[in-house]
Amino acid sequence: MKAFVPLDTAAVAAGADAVASAFENAGIDIVRNGSRGLCWAEPLVEFARDDQRIAYANVAADDVPAIIDQGERHPKCLGPVDALDYLNTQTRAVFDRAGTDAPLALPKATVLRDCLGQPGKALIDTIETSGLRGRGGAGFPAHIKWRTVFDTPAEQKYIVCNADEGDSGTFADRLLMEGDPYRLIEGMTIAGIATAATKGYVYLRSEYPIAARIFQAALDRAYEASTLGDNILGSGKAFDLELFIGAGAYICGEETSLLESLEGKRGEIRVKPPVPAIAGLFGQPTLVHNVISYACVPAIMGNSGDWYAKLGVGRSTGTMAFQLAGNIRRGGLVEVPFGITINDLIHGYGAGTRSGRPVRTVQIGGPLGAYLKPDEFDTPLTYEDMAALGAGIGHGGLVAYDDTVDLAAQARYAFAFCEIESCGKCTPCRLGAVRGKETMDAVIQARAQGRAAEDKLAMIDDLCELMETASLCQMGGMTPIPVTSAIKRFPEDFGP
Amino acid sequence: MPVPNRSREALTRIVAERHVDRVGGVLQALREVVVEHGHIERADEHVVADVFNLSQAEVRGIVSFYHDLKTTPQPPVTVKVCQAEACQAVGGGALTERVQAFLGIDLGGANERVALEPVYCLGLCAQGPSMMVNERPVARADQCDLASEIGP
Repeated sequence: MKAFVPLDTAAVAAGADAVASAFENAGIDIVRNGSRGLCWAEPLVEFARDDQRIAYANVAADDVPAIIDQGERHPKCLGPVDALDYLNTQTRAVFDRAGTDAPLALPKATVLRDCLGQPGKALIDTIETSGLRGRGGAGFPAHIKWRTVFDTPAEQKYIVCNADEGDSGTFADRLLMEGDPYRLIEGMTIAGIATAATKGYVYLRSEYPIAARIFQAALDRAYEASTLGDNILGSGKAFDLELFIGAGAYICGEETSLLESLEGKRGEIRVKPPVPAIAGLFGQPTLVHNVISYACVPAIMGNSGDWYAKLGVGRSTGTMAFQLAGNIRRGGLVEVPFGITINDLIHGYGAGTRSGRPVRTVQIGGPLGAYLKPDEFDTPLTYEDMAALGAGIGHGGLVAYDDTVDLAAQARYAFAFCEIESCGKCTPCRLGAVRGKETMDAVIQARAQGRAAEDKLAMIDDLCELMETASLCQMGGMTPIPVTSAIKRFPEDFGP
Repeated sequence: MPVPNRSREALTRIVAERHVDRVGGVLQALREVVVEHGHIERADEHVVADVFNLSQAEVRGIVSFYHDLKTTPQPPVTVKVCQAEACQAVGGGALTERVQAFLGIDLGGANERVALEPVYCLGLCAQGPSMMVNERPVARADQCDLASEIGP
């Protein structure tokens, strides 16, 4: 008998450490595994008898004696973990290992070994065949970046991972780094082999201390196992990887700002071009992707580019790790091929709102994402279909709100957040955010007095156009998206 | 003129020198100064500038950019309450008001024991509203007993 008690932030925040102690005190062996991404059920404890792992939801330390005593008759029992619909209907190409074992248990490095024997060009061709696009937000074709780094001559090239997962409603990067850190290490190492980059950095936000501890320990073990270092698995190829912790700045999720920060400077954005693939870290060719983009690589290499390309729809190939968040009954991570609808996620997997009230809006793609209406929820989630709505998938976060939401307050928040997190380099973002917030305050004040504020809304419209077209990066350029999507779809919230 | 604190400066120098050959070392050094002393003083900035061969203005610029690089003394406990959208959708505002009332300080304020800060996402977006007490994350903080999570 063995109990699996996750050590992931989502489980620890719900009391998993006390649960683990309770099992230990009862004389049961425990494994601290990663999370399977069923955040709504955390701490999700699995009790292993024979070969079967029986899941228990929302376990508290007090429940432990009764679970040991009653087994599957315990009211918190969900049955065998493999039989859970929430899990077994997913297509897990990236998160297949997450949650199944202790995150530091070394997996076999068969894919890495195979890649070490291939020329860089062949690996890049496989990425091109897969159709992989950046999972951080922009959805840019990955192979173009890889090929650019490969083709740009330099003494030193770099692989940089953006793990500055600052978008509200997203936690996939954290879940992977805490549940299966070797997947990210392997993906980055393969990228290094493919592009002849021998140094890599993972830029992690400081708000994720548990991820930092787990990932650093995984790095140390990977060096011991020679899957990192001067001579990877005896191949003669080298790749060094280091963890770098940020110091609290949302803007550092923007790739050029991240590179500045990694160089130890203020995280102010750089003007592009040149793109980082040509002149990135210290002016050298640098491949920058987010965590999930790199984590897709081992599955693509282990199966084939064609296999990956057959998942998904059209040019949105493969799987996406969607994250169901906000006012949602069953929030968590759902990795499925592109093409699933918002309804399937929010009402299917998510089972509607936690409050039990109707869903009024879903914000998709983080703080810079659009607020959508229920009559749009049948839209398939692909890069193209979302773009047609003026929205984006971003990092795959969906934040649900019930009918008590005030979209004017949300629009004001979008400006306020931009004001706090703007790097200040360009005027449209730095000042536009402040003026936008003030003007939205005036709209809200007018509404409270029963007046329409057409003039103010016209001013906001103007301001949004300016920010969108004249900001240097996506922070200022996309802050108008939540604002204008809210005004357009929910005009009743912006007047009497 | 205040008397320079020699031992503090010496410690800052040791901390800074540990990172001098690292990529982005100055930022990591400043982070560690905060860990070591709780906050960064002007004198620390001068030491870091000297170790990394930067101007004092450059170091000041870095310090002023990042939320984590505190320049005033911090109390032993920091409570960060998430203000971002996913938590707003499930009563993050009400949680903030409750914590403010419990501690008797406003968001952004501090007393000798606790600092109360806004944070924009702790990655607990499916289990909001959330908060963090020092490095300990708390999900569904609307249901928690503040006295046992934060202390008296």
